[in-house]
Amino acid sequence: MNRRLWLLVLPFLGTLIVPLYNRNDPMLWGFPFFYWYLFAWIPLASLLTFAVYRSLRK
Amino acid sequence: MSGTVHWTAWAVFAFFFALVTVLGFTAARWKKADLDHLHEWGLGGRRFGTLITWFLLGGDLYTAYTVIAVPALVYGAGAMGFFAMPYTIIAYPFVFAVMPRLWNVCRRHDWLTLGDFAQGRYDSHWLALAVALTGVLATMPYIALQLVGMQVVFEAMGFGGVRQGAEIALAAAFVVLAVYTYTSGLRAPALIAFVKDAMIYIFVIAAVVVIPIKLGGYGAIFSAADTAFKAKGSGGILLNAGQALPFATLALGSAFALFLYPHAVTGTLAASSGNAIRRNAIILPAYSVALGLIALLGYMAIAANVPAKGTAIVPALIGQSFPEWFAGFCYAAIALGALVPAAIMSIGAANLVTRNIWRPYVNRTMTPKQESTVAKTTSLVVKFGALAFVVFLPLQYAIDLQLLGGIWMLQVFPTIVFGLYTRWFRSSGLLAGWAAGMALGTWLSASVGMKPVFALPGIGGVYIGLIALAANIALAALLTLIANARGFLRTGDATQAADYEDAVTTNS
Repeated sequence: MNRRLWLLVLPFLGTLIVPLYNRNDPMLWGFPFFYWYLFAWIPLASLLTFAVYRSLRK
Repeated sequence: MSGTVHWTAWAVFAFFFALVTVLGFTAARWKKADLDHLHEWGLGGRRFGTLITWFLLGGDLYTAYTVIAVPALVYGAGAMGFFAMPYTIIAYPFVFAVMPRLWNVCRRHDWLTLGDFAQGRYDSHWLALAVALTGVLATMPYIALQLVGMQVVFEAMGFGGVRQGAEIALAAAFVVLAVYTYTSGLRAPALIAFVKDAMIYIFVIAAVVVIPIKLGGYGAIFSAADTAFKAKGSGGILLNAGQALPFATLALGSAFALFLYPHAVTGTLAASSGNAIRRNAIILPAYSVALGLIALLGYMAIAANVPAKGTAIVPALIGQSFPEWFAGFCYAAIALGALVPAAIMSIGAANLVTRNIWRPYVNRTMTPKQESTVAKTTSLVVKFGALAFVVFLPLQYAIDLQLLGGIWMLQVFPTIVFGLYTRWFRSSGLLAGWAAGMALGTWLSASVGMKPVFALPGIGGVYIGLIALAANIALAALLTLIANARGFLRTGDATQAADYEDAVTTNS
């Protein structure tokens, strides 16, 4: 088992530990932190998955 | 709205419906093969590459009901309704790690369903039956809710004075869907998904650009929602102290359950390689962005003061924000959004019934042709069952059963997901754990009035599916330990460790 697979745990930690992001500030383009933080995790999780995919192919 | 008929909207809808109907029938000749074989009819011959799988799974998982119900939940409850976001964010890393193993072992043994895997891995037709029944039970109300998604849109377009116009339109649309699913199998929704997904993206992009401009920007939308929740005294644009745990556990449990549903499994196993699935785990999150934006429609509906409630808010918001022709386009996008998942769900359920109920218990020696006939017929029965459900029974039944369906689906997690990594658990333990999880989950949910969350003393609100899963795993482990200690014989296992890994020679 490739050790980089553990990178895939990060999206779970980042989005399931709710106190990390359950607040208004800092706002971005009118979005409270809660919302833009979750939106930001979508490409971030995708990039992490891509990184793991690359490492598996080598 | 019921008095007026929006002819332009109906005309736009009729055009796109006709287009996908033609596609549905021509799909039988796409990637031509003998559709009298179940792996061709029910799995598209496992020939869908990365791009087709992306459209197929995206069209399959983000359903018409999602587009209607998620904003309705956000409209009523606020931030809690956004559990769908962490849910879809964590679902794909899970898919990346787990689903290629399932694809590999199923490809190697020519298995079409999770029931087939349970049968082969544990040599237990009872465990396979449990997996199949759970899938079919969870899927039926889900199909019914797709019909609800269509119905809501039809009502927004209006029927004039025609009595039961929505039921008649639904029945007509579903008959057409049923016939081309029967003839073309999984190829039909795969081809239609291209049109459906493109339309949904156009609708979402237009909505999240145009509507906020009219409402004074996102800052104004969030503050209008905040004010409305404070005036109402419940809900809010942030989670309150007691909601964090329900939010996180709902997201986690839903993510674990998602790829156990027959429609998700069917879409995944139809991929052409393990790497096509891995690449999809990287690119499917594009749909999660659309989902998050769709959820925000709930707040936009608050800020726009739409004259509607519940599931009617999205059509109402569309109706008052766009010119009629584009509203018709959006309605068509949502209604067609019901067809792709409804088709794949009925195919997934049909595969389970054929392979894991009909074959072991009714006719052990089916020819490939008989097998595909049983599956095609089942897909019709399942769809018309769902139609009857929506037409004759209260809507709340379908909603309650869909909620229970998620809890039930999670109870096959140990058999399937643990089973992809280890044969330590015994089939008898897994079967008992499944039964206990099903019973406990149903009972807990009924005891709190068909809600998904149960307040555990000293811990807080936790998603019932996960509570039942914990009991399920504990019982399966306990019975396995007891059986090991007593030295009972183990059931067989048709798989080997290498079956789960990518084949060394293929590099696609």
